[in-house]
Amino acid sequence: MITSLKRIFKLGWKSLSYDWGVTATTIFVLVLTVSLITSIFLLKGVSQFLIQKIEEKIDISVYFKDDIVENKIMEVRDELLDISDAENIQYISKDQALQDFTERHEQEEVLMQSLAEVGVNPFLASINIKATDPTEYGQIAQFLETGDFGDSIQKVDYYEKKPVIERIFNLADSFKRVGIGLSILLVFFSFLVVLNTTRLAIYNLREEIQVQRLVGASNWFIRGPFLVQGMIAGAVSALIAFVIFISGCWLLSPNVSNLFSDLNVWEYFTGNLLSIILIQLGAGIFLGLISSFIAIRKHLKV
Amino acid sequence: MIKFENITKIYSPEAIALKDVSFEIEKKEFISIVGKSGAGKTTLLKLFLASEKPTQGRILFNNQDICDITPEDICQHRKKIGAVFQDYKLLDSKTAYENVVYIMEVLGKSDEEILRDVPKVLDIVGLTERSHHYPNELSAGERQRTAIARALIHRPEVILADEPTGNLDPYNASDIIHLLLKINEMGTTIILATHNKEIVNSLGKRVVTLDQGKLVRDEKKGRFIL
Ligand SMILES: Nc1ncnc2c1ncn2[C@@H]1O[C@H](COP(=O)(O)OP(=O)(O)OP(=O)(O)O)[C@@H](O)[C@H]1O
Ligand SMILES: [Mg+2]
Repeated sequence: MITSLKRIFKLGWKSLSYDWGVTATTIFVLVLTVSLITSIFLLKGVSQFLIQKIEEKIDISVYFKDDIVENKIMEVRDELLDISDAENIQYISKDQALQDFTERHEQEEVLMQSLAEVGVNPFLASINIKATDPTEYGQIAQFLETGDFGDSIQKVDYYEKKPVIERIFNLADSFKRVGIGLSILLVFFSFLVVLNTTRLAIYNLREEIQVQRLVGASNWFIRGPFLVQGMIAGAVSALIAFVIFISGCWLLSPNVSNLFSDLNVWEYFTGNLLSIILIQLGAGIFLGLISSFIAIRKHLKV
Repeated sequence: MIKFENITKIYSPEAIALKDVSFEIEKKEFISIVGKSGAGKTTLLKLFLASEKPTQGRILFNNQDICDITPEDICQHRKKIGAVFQDYKLLDSKTAYENVVYIMEVLGKSDEEILRDVPKVLDIVGLTERSHHYPNELSAGERQRTAIARALIHRPEVILADEPTGNLDPYNASDIIHLLLKINEMGTTIILATHNKEIVNSLGKRVVTLDQGKLVRDEKKGRFIL
């Protein structure tokens, strides 16, 4: 049993080195497929990162009526902290709001002039809420308006922002869905290419397979070396794809960081190193193995 | 030991290879099957190797019907047979040496046995020097001798030799026939299919003659008569 396993490995290794052209072609298509899968994984990470960035920019504000005292507002804030895992709840006083505004519009004389003409501080105190999960905004807005302190609230700007928030959601959602669909399609087609390459390689050896059967080799003894070849080709492809991606990420990372600030591809890659290695190795070996298995099946039928 | 019972093989209505052929082969027998080209010699051997199924009739080997066995049993059956094919059927991706080794590996022989027996057998058929060449680098005669070495190496119960001397010069041919005789003396059943008149006549062994798929003669100390 052990000897025949050893022999199967040896035979697989030998026939891999017998026809370099075929081996190289197989490895080439496998590298393409593994690379495709790795790209999908990386793009998923990058797009999640970008979507998250956009979602982080979403917030809602609760404006309180002019005559509400700070203590009351603090009460509301505490209640908000109780009901939601609001990641970031920020109180902005009337004075703070005025200061923010002046700082932002210092250069625009018209605005400053009209502000001066008003005489009093026209801004309302507010609480700014950023939720961890943007789907919570609806609930938060409802809680604020129907709660005990509904009277103190001038307005919640959720309803103004609602269409934008929803549009971003839908966009992210359809982006995800299209991405998944496209990925499955691409992986499927590249698998077909791998399968057909293997099929051709094995088709070239069909007479040898018949001879092996004629001299009494069992199906597993014939199939084994092909499976070993598929596995080795898969592992080698994974290795090549890994080298391509690690050098690619290293080289491109500065450029990408220039394009999207805060997006560090290199860090993402090294942070997920283990997953990436496993994905590449797993995909390579699995594809090599399964395509050999399928391709040889036809030749072993009696 | 081997029994062909009313064997008919029809490939297609125009190609009827064997018609109602029956005969029996004893253990340790040396039997020649002769006949014109197309008489059905190779077909008979193919049926015995279970690479073709008879249209009618059955073949018994050690009382087992080999026309009706599982794929698993077919492997076991073939492992007991050494076959020299008319068209050699060597593994093109392996050297002469590796071709012979492959059989030993299929049979699960140990590395020591392989290292001991393979060079010996290659030496017997005179291939030592060419043993690391691939089949397409060998002459037809050398390929044939590789095929013979492959059929002998594992001391099978039965050797099927389909025109094993077809591409050999007379000296090599008589060497091979002497080798087959010696193996036969040691107890192996030999089935030789040939159209070589001199060889058959010099053997003085049993001859079965086929003509257009029919068994027309079966003589104990036969001669080559067509
Ligand atoms: N696979 C096949 N399909 C159809 N007809 C076949 C097939 N194999 C053999 N035949 C036919 O069966 C007949 C017997 O063929 P076989 O190969 O047994 O002859 P043979 O006696 O070995 O001839 P030779 O001396 O030339 O080798 C021939 O007429 C041949 O054309
Ligand atoms: Mg023939």
